[in-house]
Amino acid sequence: MQYDEKRLTRIVATDCGSTTTKAILIEYVDGEYRQTIRGEAPTTVEAPLNDVTKGVINATQELEELARLKHNNPNIKFMENGEFIIPRNGDVGVDAYVSTSSAGGGLQMMVTGVVASMTGESAERAALGAGAIVMDLIASNDKRMNHEKIERIRHLRPDMILMAGGEDGGTIKHVVEMAELVSGADPKPRLGSSYKLPVIYAGNKEAINEIKNTLADKVDLIITENLRPKLDAENLGPARDKIHDIFMEHVMQQAPGYNKLMEWTQGPDLQRVPIMPTPAAVGNIMQTIAKDEQIEVVGVDIGGATTDVFSVFTEEYVFNRTVSANLGMSYSISNVLASSGLTNIMRWVPFDINESELRNMIKNKMIRPTTIPSLLEELVLEQAIAKEALRLAFEQHKEFASSLKGMQRQRDISEAFSQSTSGASIVNLMTLDLLVGSGGVLSHAPRRYQTVMMLIDAFLPEGITRLAVDSIFMMPHLGVLSEISPRAATEVFRKDCMVYLGSCVAPVGKCKYGKPALYAKLELPDGTVFEENIPFGEIRLIPCEVGKTAKATLKTSSGLILDENKAKELNVELHGGIVGIVLDTRGRQPFNLPSEKTERIKYLKKWMQELKAYPEDILV
Amino acid sequence: MGQAYSAGLTVTDSIVLRKERILPLKGKVLVTKGTKVKAEDVVAETLLPGKVVPFNLANKLGVTPTQLEKYIKIKAGDQITKKTILAENSGLFGLGIFRSEVRSPVEGEVENISAVTGQVLLREPRIPVQVRAFLDGIITEVIPDEGVIIENKSAYIQGIFGIGDETTGELKMLAETPDDEIDAGKIDESCKGKIIITGSFIPFHVIELARKHGVKAIITGGIDDQDIKKLLGYDIGVAITGHENIGLTIVCTEGFGKITMAKKTFDLLKQFDGKKASIHGHTQIRAGVIRPEIIIPLAFEENELVSKEAGLPVLEIGTLIRIIRQPHFGSIAKVTALPEELTKVESETLVRILEAEFDDGTRIRIPRANVEVIES
Repeated sequence: MQYDEKRLTRIVATDCGSTTTKAILIEYVDGEYRQTIRGEAPTTVEAPLNDVTKGVINATQELEELARLKHNNPNIKFMENGEFIIPRNGDVGVDAYVSTSSAGGGLQMMVTGVVASMTGESAERAALGAGAIVMDLIASNDKRMNHEKIERIRHLRPDMILMAGGEDGGTIKHVVEMAELVSGADPKPRLGSSYKLPVIYAGNKEAINEIKNTLADKVDLIITENLRPKLDAENLGPARDKIHDIFMEHVMQQAPGYNKLMEWTQGPDLQRVPIMPTPAAVGNIMQTIAKDEQIEVVGVDIGGATTDVFSVFTEEYVFNRTVSANLGMSYSISNVLASSGLTNIMRWVPFDINESELRNMIKNKMIRPTTIPSLLEELVLEQAIAKEALRLAFEQHKEFASSLKGMQRQRDISEAFSQSTSGASIVNLMTLDLLVGSGGVLSHAPRRYQTVMMLIDAFLPEGITRLAVDSIFMMPHLGVLSEISPRAATEVFRKDCMVYLGSCVAPVGKCKYGKPALYAKLELPDGTVFEENIPFGEIRLIPCEVGKTAKATLKTSSGLILDENKAKELNVELHGGIVGIVLDTRGRQPFNLPSEKTERIKYLKKWMQELKAYPEDILV
Repeated sequence: MGQAYSAGLTVTDSIVLRKERILPLKGKVLVTKGTKVKAEDVVAETLLPGKVVPFNLANKLGVTPTQLEKYIKIKAGDQITKKTILAENSGLFGLGIFRSEVRSPVEGEVENISAVTGQVLLREPRIPVQVRAFLDGIITEVIPDEGVIIENKSAYIQGIFGIGDETTGELKMLAETPDDEIDAGKIDESCKGKIIITGSFIPFHVIELARKHGVKAIITGGIDDQDIKKLLGYDIGVAITGHENIGLTIVCTEGFGKITMAKKTFDLLKQFDGKKASIHGHTQIRAGVIRPEIIIPLAFEENELVSKEAGLPVLEIGTLIRIIRQPHFGSIAKVTALPEELTKVESETLVRILEAEFDDGTRIRIPRANVEVIES
């Protein structure tokens, strides 16, 4: 159901995250939709409150208070007796309330396939695209013994299982064998023992009867279309839709307070608006940007527990999403340290710190995940950890988003088979147009310069790339809002959500520090000209306003290149932003920091000063 | 804004506890409503399904899955031993020459036979599992076939982080003050079977000594991250703990590093020195928060078992708070103001802050996110 601006004049949208419930107010003002106010409160899905709606009420109360202050109107009210007043009547009530959710660990799934890198990965892609965390992929050829697979299935306790396998008319035996293993494990759902575990079968249609015979008594079996009907084609839509249906019908019903929340989310005519898994909503918005502007996009959402990376690449807009389930800035912060190692974190820190102090600080953040860095030193450390979390998550994404698995891509059978051995990543930083960051550490960084620094250091964009940030982490809200009003979602997205930070120019190749690397001449919109021969190992930041461009002449030295055609000279328009244009001559492929500590700290300070990342006193 | 929500850990000298003790699978409840139980009593038991062993019988016999039906000697539900013949063929020309038979690799039961894959699933014998009461109390509800709800009145402390499973023992206060760091000399035979209380910190060699002397559990203000790694043999990535088998349970009340134990926690433990307590280190910080618990049962009448509705710890002027991040980590202060507007702190982050006053009269401004309410 969709509504126009006559029906929707004031909307509250919330995202119930694992740590925080974030609420935004969207109002139709002077002929356009704008996001006007935000509020937040700790999520209350867990003990002692065990009711997600309490956090929603708290966040909405903050919205109400701030709205009264902003509009200088004490009569504004969105809720009464702990429930939304819908539709709006003057100062009182809202026209719609919508929400996304990743609280309670989000949607956790297990997937099965016959060949891990074929139907298995297609199933994984369907689950990830629907917003799930894939706890494990179990396939006939995954090298575990069958009894080990059964033990694994029994111990996982997912919210649901997605089973794929066999093209239509292909193998039945292997698909049924996998069903037998699931049946033998007799898996139980994660939340509640009063219902059977939902299992979606989206494999070879010829095997449906055997699958029913094997599984129908033990699980809640749902049959849908084969998600890999042919070796060279994926059909992920029906399986994704089923995942969303079951998420609403089964999983959300079990989470504390969600029964009530599901009744609250409704439009002006009191029709329900389904709650969407947060990553699915972010994916919605990411794809909209790529298609609308015909660009290649990478988006990242770094949360407390997980980091999601989304990308849209190639002329066919192939969409991929990965979830790094144990890389995050609070619950999982300790795992970032374990995965990246202390040395990799410390390489970004421009001062000495006692190792034991740092380790204990990280662990304390893990056990008290809602605290925020009040001291500057702690902020620098958290941002160093964020760079490593982002780097690791992006590495995982590049590996998963491979060229041979896109559903729009037509390929012959030999290509389809070749994916089991290798699949070149379709993530090409040289052709990437836009890198969008979101999630607390990027969106709420005290200085936008810090966001630019984190994005560049973690993703190492190549050639010319625009950088943006989701201003207050609104992408989930807008993803679900687009279900009832694409106009409201896109207007708010362009005007209030996306903050363009600027552009990064990074020549690719290696060279010695201090050698000539890049000649840059930038004619800026205010008439001034920046011109410099920049040596290798430097960063320059040239202010250039949002919405303006600079006419640039770029010439590289020492074999460095600027685009996928290996150009060494380019005349281009560079987009400005609230930070500006960054010229980064630290090299790519490889990107190396000085290995000697004193030297490294000297350079880190220099780059951070140039980027205005931190106050001068910490960088002297 | 007069008040705001803030997270906090419960530390109280008297609370009505209500604990579900549920079997992992349906089974038999061994107690009835109204029964008084001790922590060590078994209240429910069940048999977990045995391990499933998949076995490709058709392959073993050298026939196709569809042919298997002709030779199979078992059906689903049959009990089997290692001597049971699962299938046999009749040999060459049906004369028994080169006859082959396949015996069961395990004892147990036949779960399933597949004519599509030729695979049989054999299930090993069931594994008995018992659930103990864990706390002294009274059974107030029996959930048929699943478990019980036990209630009692207790002094109760939630820890921030722990390792190790449920255990019980007598509390033994070793620290003189909340900021004490006990030395090895204090651990001796008298600590055997006890739950020892240290002050702000316990170093690795003292933990090792406690383990050697048969200490059941340690309650400490802080612990070093690297000491945990040494104890477990691995680094904790995501805080989901409680099932470690290291010979004792550790509950940390404040966090990592050397941190003075909150005075209220320390005083409470001191007050109950020598009393029996139930303790566990189960911690789950992500999705479905579980914190370690120290439960000291008190004498009670049944009519006292009326639990208060869970409420939000509230921040208001006069609320006592504990600071849970640098600077002043671990210090206690009293809220003096709750300004509404966002305020820039040293890290330049714009946050909602509160103003608070320490005992000595000095005042601070600190992010609201970095405090816990101390409930009175």
